[in-house]
Amino acid sequence: MVTRIAPSHLTARARARRSAWSGAPRSVPPPLLVPALIAVAFLVLPLAGLLIRAPWRHLAATLSGTDATQALILSLWTATVTTGISLVIGVPLAWVLARTTFPGQRLLRALVTLPLVLPPVVGGVALLLAFSRVGLIGQYLDSWFGLTIPFTPLAVVLAQTFVAMPFLIITVEGALRSADQGFEEAAATLGAKRMTVFRRVTVPLIAPSLGAGAVLCWARALGEFGATITFAGSFPGQTETMPIAVYYALENDPDAAIALSLVLLLVSVVVLVSLRDRWLRGGSVQ
Amino acid sequence: MTPGASDGLVVDAEVRRGSFSLTVSLAAAAGQVLGLLGPNGAGKSTLLAAMAGLTPVSSGRITLAGQVMDDAAAGTFVEASQRPVGFVFQNYRLFPHLTVAENVAFSPRARGMGRQAARSAAGHWLNRLGLTDLAQRKPDQLSGGQAQRVALARALAGQPALLLLDEPLSALDAGTRLDVRAELKQHLAEFTGPCVLVTHDPLEALVLADQLVVLEAGRIVQRGTPEHVARQPATEYVAKLVGLNLYAGHANGSRIALKAGGGFVAASQELHGEVLVAVRPSAIVVSNQHPQQSSARNIWPARLTGLTLLADRVRLDLEGQPSALADITPAAVAELSLSPGSQVWLAVKATEVAVYPRAGGQPD
Repeated sequence: MVTRIAPSHLTARARARRSAWSGAPRSVPPPLLVPALIAVAFLVLPLAGLLIRAPWRHLAATLSGTDATQALILSLWTATVTTGISLVIGVPLAWVLARTTFPGQRLLRALVTLPLVLPPVVGGVALLLAFSRVGLIGQYLDSWFGLTIPFTPLAVVLAQTFVAMPFLIITVEGALRSADQGFEEAAATLGAKRMTVFRRVTVPLIAPSLGAGAVLCWARALGEFGATITFAGSFPGQTETMPIAVYYALENDPDAAIALSLVLLLVSVVVLVSLRDRWLRGGSVQ
Repeated sequence: MTPGASDGLVVDAEVRRGSFSLTVSLAAAAGQVLGLLGPNGAGKSTLLAAMAGLTPVSSGRITLAGQVMDDAAAGTFVEASQRPVGFVFQNYRLFPHLTVAENVAFSPRARGMGRQAARSAAGHWLNRLGLTDLAQRKPDQLSGGQAQRVALARALAGQPALLLLDEPLSALDAGTRLDVRAELKQHLAEFTGPCVLVTHDPLEALVLADQLVVLEAGRIVQRGTPEHVARQPATEYVAKLVGLNLYAGHANGSRIALKAGGGFVAASQELHGEVLVAVRPSAIVVSNQHPQQSSARNIWPARLTGLTLLADRVRLDLEGQPSALADITPAAVAELSLSPGSQVWLAVKATEVAVYPRAGGQPD
């Protein structure tokens, strides 16, 4: 028995389009199209609402009238310091994870990347327990140096580092793993000692990933809320970062909250644009 | 070992990597180019890595100019960065983020020269290899031949006592390979230390090397001058490579019974016992019918299994007793209307059958 063949209509344009896409039909079946459209609406409409509701006319006044400037400055410098610390201690750790083997390495990697999936509030509680005046580390900092960390700008930096550094570490570790180690071998045969190889070959070769990881780390630090408010509190000018300022502004001054959110949205767009080569190409990473 | 080895390279070592084991004993005198020939997986690159200090030997030792580089028994090991070795890698491994000049200055700089001194040392080598005009280019702006010269300049700029080249021409297309090969030969001639060159291209080995060492499955199966190896290949691999049919057999006067079946009659050979028989592919005459009136003493039927177009001829892969490679002209292929599966007759004159006693490696 032969199944009846039902030909469909294919215009010249459709033919050209399909041949450019290796022959597969490019129209979307309805069972996939509808949920996809709902997903788009869900992701885009709230942000559009933010733009529509924004007090555009007195935006500048709103921003300057609140603690926004203070919060923005605090957020910018703490996120930047966080990124700096993460680069200084996170990149060497990424190298150790990528280039050496030792017992318990898998466990270490799991521990290091745990903050990625850990609710930030839990991180904040853990930091508080460690660095409080009676904490594991905090008691010595207090008795030896008279240093109290919780509820200071330093606490903001530590909370952000705890949450954001793993993003840098896994990005750089991945880059180190996929980097061609042949170049490092070549450098060794040319007389370069291991630190020279790292400085003059390894780091320049992973520079794009290093940059992407740093931007990612910075963006995550900028948006940090849970760990920061738990460990550092919300003292205006001291520990009240942008996300925390938005949260409190929403109660008394919704217009200010929207204006602050717009600033963060703008920063996010800039971050996304700077990472576009890495993320927006679709499909394969690198 | 050999006289004059005190200023050369002496390797007498074993390198184990998982289940693979490489056992090698060789020496290269100063000014000599030693060609390492072998199929993929024979251990050529592993051997180079051991010489460069990228991998330690499992047992035995490597000395260079009388100095111990690696000695498993004594526990001595000189790190790669400390060895006076220049390495030209297969795909050159030029640092993509550095210019040609910076690539060449890398070694002087890494070996402790100041910025200015390293730059002028690099300038010297750039000039010597005709790269001065390309100094400010990045590696991705170079042709294959240019990249090869930069890699050589970069290796030489470290003033090595030993030069290692891993398939230096394999990344080039056939057209540029000839020119670059001639150029490379000249540069190698100017290098005063020993030089080890890895290749799986027999022609490259024959042209560039003074001495050949053939590696198969981690063992040296033959060594000698290129002429010697080409004329008397010790294994089937070498024979195939240099374009010879090679058979193991047992000789009884001029009659040779082949291990793989079939036999040959050779001209006036008084050999007895285990022998190797070599027949050049161009010496085999191919015809459609049994050549009735022919002076050839060796005539046997075969089936064509494959045709490969070489530069000026077609190489036929023939299955029979024995199987053989035969080279004929494209015109002859057409005239005989040959295609895979064709039944043909092969003929070889006894004077074209070279027989020599078997020694050393196993031709299996």
